[in-house]
Amino acid sequence: MADPAMEGAHPATTPVRGETRRRLARLPAMVAEEPRVLVAGGFVLLLVLVAIFAGWIAPHDPQAQDLMLNTLPPAWNPRAEPGYLLGTDSLGRDVLSRMIYGSRVAITVAFVAAIGAGLIGTVLGLVSGFFGGFADAAVSRLVDIWMAFPPVLLSILLVAVLGASLSSVIIAIVVIDWTRFCRVVRSEVVQQKNLDYVDAAVTLGATRGRILWREVVPNVVPVVLVLLSLEMGIAVIVEAVLSFVGLSVASGLPTWGGMIADGRQIIYQAWWVFAFPLCLLFLTVLAFNQLGNGLRRLIDPLSRR
Amino acid sequence: MLMRPLVALKTAITAAFTLFGVAVVTFFLLRIVPGNPIAMMIAPGASEADIARLKADYGLDRSIPVQFWIWLKNAVRGDFGTSISTHRNVLGLIAERLPATIELTLLALVIALALGIGAAVLSMLSRRRWPGSVVDNVNGLLLAVPDFVWALAFVLLFGVAFPILPISGRVDPRLSYDFATGFTLLESILRLRFDIAANVLSHMLMPALALALPLAAVILRVLKAALETETGQDYAVLARIRGMSRLRIVVQEALRNAMIPTLALTGVQFTFMFGGTVIVERIFGYPGIGNLAIDAIVNRDLPLIQGLILTFGLIFIVINLLVEASFALLNPRLRHG
Repeated sequence: MADPAMEGAHPATTPVRGETRRRLARLPAMVAEEPRVLVAGGFVLLLVLVAIFAGWIAPHDPQAQDLMLNTLPPAWNPRAEPGYLLGTDSLGRDVLSRMIYGSRVAITVAFVAAIGAGLIGTVLGLVSGFFGGFADAAVSRLVDIWMAFPPVLLSILLVAVLGASLSSVIIAIVVIDWTRFCRVVRSEVVQQKNLDYVDAAVTLGATRGRILWREVVPNVVPVVLVLLSLEMGIAVIVEAVLSFVGLSVASGLPTWGGMIADGRQIIYQAWWVFAFPLCLLFLTVLAFNQLGNGLRRLIDPLSRR
Repeated sequence: MLMRPLVALKTAITAAFTLFGVAVVTFFLLRIVPGNPIAMMIAPGASEADIARLKADYGLDRSIPVQFWIWLKNAVRGDFGTSISTHRNVLGLIAERLPATIELTLLALVIALALGIGAAVLSMLSRRRWPGSVVDNVNGLLLAVPDFVWALAFVLLFGVAFPILPISGRVDPRLSYDFATGFTLLESILRLRFDIAANVLSHMLMPALALALPLAAVILRVLKAALETETGQDYAVLARIRGMSRLRIVVQEALRNAMIPTLALTGVQFTFMFGGTVIVERIFGYPGIGNLAIDAIVNRDLPLIQGLILTFGLIFIVINLLVEASFALLNPRLRHG
């Protein structure tokens, strides 16, 4: 119903698709306004490339043990061994190579789990918000019950029950975090549904399915994109927590959380085994978060100061 | 009267329903997955007869709905069964560990409120000067980084780089204590044993701060926005015209009104913080229910897991009810909702 007449009739309350297209054209200028989107997005992109090309970038085999070379300090220390830039852990494995390979697990979990949670949460939020009635009551009750579980405890429990593996970690995050999307999408849809342009579409004889798909969904997409970016940061943390507790991928495969847990054991002898993966985890979480918040500001001018 | 009886009844029924839902989801989750729960219960090398006996002991030879009915009947009477790994009463075990977690979260809440409110007032009084912009930038960082990462960073910073705080436990074992309750901090203060209190506090400071920082960031953001709205209101502008100082307007007038939305949100976020104790207690080897929960899962201690998750669910729901009640108390317009 991209009727020009309609747009003229309700200029203030007609966020139709033409608006989205106009916004896209303004994208370069808007990114310049929010440079952190570029910086954070660049960091995430770099991390994705590192994860994909880990085999070429990593100076050593992340699993290769050499007990003669255990707990070597980082390169700037006089005791350091050339070729081990960030030192080695208690089994003589190269810390930098393990961090590089660890990004594979982190990035895989971030993207797959966030998209999974986003899909389920968005669909349930759309149905619950748009159709109301029984579906809304059922979904809202389910969200209430879900919110009463401590998320960290539930994720540990789920992975313990499913057996520690990459897919269990992803399933656990999807099962727990779909509510984040569902709640926001539902309230967004309820808000959209009450705007004049939806009433106008009804008056013009549009079916409910058409209104949902052509009018409401496009207006919910930006919010979902923001949530996706934030959820990726959360997923990276949850994976780190699980591998810290020893419940992520099969042992031996490097994960940041697993490295941090190993480093915790020898923190007084070799702080670098603990500190470097922690720094990388910190930067990654910060990047996803800044990307999400930067996108939010771009999409919603009202949240800008 | 906080709420009308009908509203209170409706709230209580919703809470009971949610708690029941938590119990159902946990119970079936632990049993529907193949190989469970017997696989989670048996020690390696158990014989067929052992398994059969164990099954009968826990009523696991019956159908799952019947099992749930038995469990529910016992739970309503306050009997949550016996922990498999410690052979102790689940409720007793939780009651023993719960005070440590309550003290930790309350300390974290106090720190978060102090930091959040202090920073919000500071940044309001010094807008467009350097303290204000520093607060804004630090807050972006605090909002982004979760308690897990803070806890690990503190271990590195205050435990190793500048070793000023203990990184594990609740009290130095050399300090003998035979306390009557689990509220070690509170009891040592009441008994005027300030040496023990100081030691307990030094153990609690890092985990409490890690839990407090994300909450403080949320409090700061919401309170600051509310203060900005309030200081733009007619009454604040009028007070300014009549010569009242900015400090007095913010602290005496605007703060009170701005606290209503802030406290409501603090309550909601407080439940998230309670969930965060699970991993933070683990990192610092702090003997609360969060640490107990991870032990229970690692040891595949089914009755204890069930009891602990229900405890967390109950705490979440109680906090939410308290928040709603206090919201009604603070904002009279909502009392008859």
